[in-house]
Amino acid sequence: MTGAAAGVMLEVEVWRGGETGHFQPFVLARRAHQTVLDVVTEIQREHDATLSYRFACRVGMCGSCAMVVNGRPRWTCRTRVSEVIGDGHRLRLEPLRNFAIVKDLAVEMTQFFDKWRQAQGYFEPGPQPQADFAVVRPATPQRRAADAGIECIGCGVCYSACDVVAWDEDYLGPAALNRAWTLVNDVRDRAGEARLAAVSASSGCQACHTHMSCTQFCPKAIEPTYAIAGLKRAVLRRVLRSGS
Amino acid sequence: MSALLFLAQRATAVVLALAVAVHLGTILYAVRDGLTAADILARTHGNLWFLMFYGLFVVAVAIHAPIGLRNVMREWTRWRGPMLDIALALLALLLLGLGARAVFAVFTA
Repeated sequence: MTGAAAGVMLEVEVWRGGETGHFQPFVLARRAHQTVLDVVTEIQREHDATLSYRFACRVGMCGSCAMVVNGRPRWTCRTRVSEVIGDGHRLRLEPLRNFAIVKDLAVEMTQFFDKWRQAQGYFEPGPQPQADFAVVRPATPQRRAADAGIECIGCGVCYSACDVVAWDEDYLGPAALNRAWTLVNDVRDRAGEARLAAVSASSGCQACHTHMSCTQFCPKAIEPTYAIAGLKRAVLRRVLRSGS
Repeated sequence: MSALLFLAQRATAVVLALAVAVHLGTILYAVRDGLTAADILARTHGNLWFLMFYGLFVVAVAIHAPIGLRNVMREWTRWRGPMLDIALALLALLLLGLGARAVFAVFTA
């Protein structure tokens, strides 16, 4: 459905509450080019002002509006209703899986970002800044590997899609490991062994089952599964080198 | 799972992939003309190649299976910590003991 269809209605079930709660039904008009975020906003403005959700940019840059839409984690701002249900008329909106729920559709992301820190997902310049600009040629394998994962905006869609996170709450998750892999391939970075030790601790990269849900659902078409596979290889080389 | 356990599990998986293929292939080949148990034991008795091959097989199983089971337990139950590791180390010893006993029994029969 791309044009406005007068009289066509949308039945939307929205999660209300925290870890326990219920789905609240709403009925609103189906509109042309309507995004899922448009639907949530209309519900909050026109039907129930107590609905909590999170968004900022509305154009796929901030990553704050991710939710589970009809069972799949998505950015709601970049997802048209027609992409999800075609000519159907039922939407089910839930908060992201694997996150603690703050209220309704808003989730607590502290643990998610703590794991980035745990995986040393930050640039480590070393004790002394380099004297000159580093020359990083675009065609080198390291630069290409970093490029493949560098556009992550931390929306949490991959984390929500990951079954291993659902089974093992300590698992670092695809986003943190993907970020660590970009830094392993950053020739300027000096964390080296320490980062490999961080990502290979218990519930680190080895816990990944290669289900590829993260790669399937990433809205930026990043492939964290391959980043994690790269980390596994690097970790194995480290173990063979050092024995631990 | 630590990196060392990860390496041990992957390395033993490679050994087992080959060992299982040889094991099954040998069975299919050996029994094609109706070899009896006595005939098989006559061939394995005192055979050092048999002892080394199945000895390696048993060691690989004793390492591989408990590590895999440890992952399953950590993902599907709330059992963590040293007690889980001890229980699975005991399982490794049990597999090693039972396997070694079977291999030696056939080797010395």
